[in-house]
Amino acid sequence: METVDALLQATIRAGTPLLYAALGELVTEKSGVLNLGVEGFMLMGAVSGFIVTNITGSAFMGICVAAFVGFTMGTLYAFLTVEFALNQVVTGLAFVLGGTGLSGFLGKGYIGKTISQVPVWTVPVLGKIPVIRAFFTQDWLVYFSYLLFLLVWLVVKKTRIGMELSAVGENPRSADSAGISVYRYRFLASALGGALMALGGAHISLAYAPMWVENMTAGRGWIALVIVIFAFWDPLRALFGAYLFGGVSALQYRVQTLNIGVSPYILGMLPYLVTIGVMIFFSSERARRLLGAPSSLGKPYLREGEK
Amino acid sequence: MRKAGLLAVVLLAVALGFGLKVGFVYVGPVGDAGWSYAHDQGRQYLEKVLPGVETAYFESVPEGVEATVKLRQLAASGFELIYATSYGYMDSVLEVAKEFPNTIFMHCSGFKRAENVGTYFGRIYQADFLVGIVAGAMTKSNLIGYVAPHPIPEVVRGINAFTLGARLVNPNAKVKVVWVNAWFDPATEKEAALSLIEAGCDVIAHGQDSPAANQAAQEKGVWSIGYNTDMSKFAPESHLTAAIWNWGPLYVEITKSVMDGTWKSEDLWPGFEKGVVDIAPIHPAVPKSVVKLVETYKYLFQKGEYKVFKGPLYDNEGNLRVKEGEVMTDHEIWDMYWFVQGVEGSLPSSGE
Repeated sequence: METVDALLQATIRAGTPLLYAALGELVTEKSGVLNLGVEGFMLMGAVSGFIVTNITGSAFMGICVAAFVGFTMGTLYAFLTVEFALNQVVTGLAFVLGGTGLSGFLGKGYIGKTISQVPVWTVPVLGKIPVIRAFFTQDWLVYFSYLLFLLVWLVVKKTRIGMELSAVGENPRSADSAGISVYRYRFLASALGGALMALGGAHISLAYAPMWVENMTAGRGWIALVIVIFAFWDPLRALFGAYLFGGVSALQYRVQTLNIGVSPYILGMLPYLVTIGVMIFFSSERARRLLGAPSSLGKPYLREGEK
Repeated sequence: MRKAGLLAVVLLAVALGFGLKVGFVYVGPVGDAGWSYAHDQGRQYLEKVLPGVETAYFESVPEGVEATVKLRQLAASGFELIYATSYGYMDSVLEVAKEFPNTIFMHCSGFKRAENVGTYFGRIYQADFLVGIVAGAMTKSNLIGYVAPHPIPEVVRGINAFTLGARLVNPNAKVKVVWVNAWFDPATEKEAALSLIEAGCDVIAHGQDSPAANQAAQEKGVWSIGYNTDMSKFAPESHLTAAIWNWGPLYVEITKSVMDGTWKSEDLWPGFEKGVVDIAPIHPAVPKSVVKLVETYKYLFQKGEYKVFKGPLYDNEGNLRVKEGEVMTDHEIWDMYWFVQGVEGSLPSSGE
């Protein structure tokens, strides 16, 4: 394969966990729920997917269980933040800590075990065209991420459900008076979003680097959070964002192999520098409005006269 | 703290009646297939060889306050000898050692000692030299990739020894280094390995705690070399051999010296002569003559008759660093922060 193709292929490979996680966060945030726990969700997805694949020998089962675990965690998250209206930042951080600890505990016996990884499959015809083939010589979970991206994009941008979802995130009171169930949307968005995040983790432990080690997502959950902001809550931009970060991480080793004299520390810092920059930008209310964050993001909705 | 000290003495007296109680503190989980796993193998060996010894361990103990707490807990419950097996435990060890003057502490890879604190490490670079020979003999493109964790002397030393081994049998071999700046991030390690394979490397070595680089090599059909433990089960067709730790014999020796009362605070840095380092079984595809050569050098290391870092040694910019006939001192080897000839890669200027 040509260098460009190989780089592109690596970009997509490295960007896929981020794409899953960013899509999950995007769906969640669209409904007005902020979930900072992405890292914890990804780790739980990675460990549960790995354990099930190791026991059953079927990566498909592993993927299903990972998604289910993410879905359950997302439901629990909604229960705490939507039903009980707990502080979303604190609850999100609790999910990071909880997910990290629990995944480490559950995975203890599985460190050093091997599985049959999700196989790479070359799409006929498309897998032969230069450049394009980089997208079509990937593992199954990558193809599935294309599909899910299309689905999220269609639903968010083109359907009534997407409009109602945005309404719930922008102004839950008006949405409520228009007869849209705010709670149902927020519950479902959190749960489905959680499932997507968990799939991102499962891509790492089942396809990218098929093994389990503690903390193996190594901060990718945080990068996914940044991508969503970067993308102004737009699925297409989230796709580009995920692949951009994937490209940076793929490129940094290739730049080193070309003997270009850039300190590895500077290169390794890149994602975090960007993270900090975006965080600073995001923390100002004006910038938030300018970016178009859902107006009620992070604010629990309580019906008047209830609770 | 005096109370705790008293308690320790009482418990110690009780413990002595039953034999020596030896505690271990690990930074990773015992099943990590890497660093902590290797130490735990050593602990199990110790228990088997010295029947009077009773051991216990704490795993996944982060460096910092938690390490201090765990060390104190061990010392307070009557453990007479405690092995702290991570560089970052250094200050915790010294702090707790002051509180428990009757407990002996051994700190792995550190350099600060006290009356009741000794340090130890192993010459893994000797094993790196041997696996380098295998890599040098097996490369066809004369380009060997090395996925490296952090640009620190410990790692640089290993890469240098590896390169010297490779060029011993193949003077045209070059070792291409990429830094991942992590001991442990399987996804990035794999990406780094793949980038080396794309750049034309047909043998991949690494200094990481996970076998991700070996997996990448297996997928792409090139050879690979493991580190820390035998990683062949992760890459059965690709895994040529590995530079591995074998702490058991050293743990037996140190523990014995504590039992006889001959222990003293010192720095131990043994290699093949004590069997602390070794290499994993060599892949059957490696020619017999190469295996013989490796065995010869291993034998020389065991007898202490071969030095890896001896002159003439040039750095990778062509400057003569060690003159003909000179041998680097342990101190120089310990601080080594330059690449030998044949390494392609750069070192960030250190802040020393």
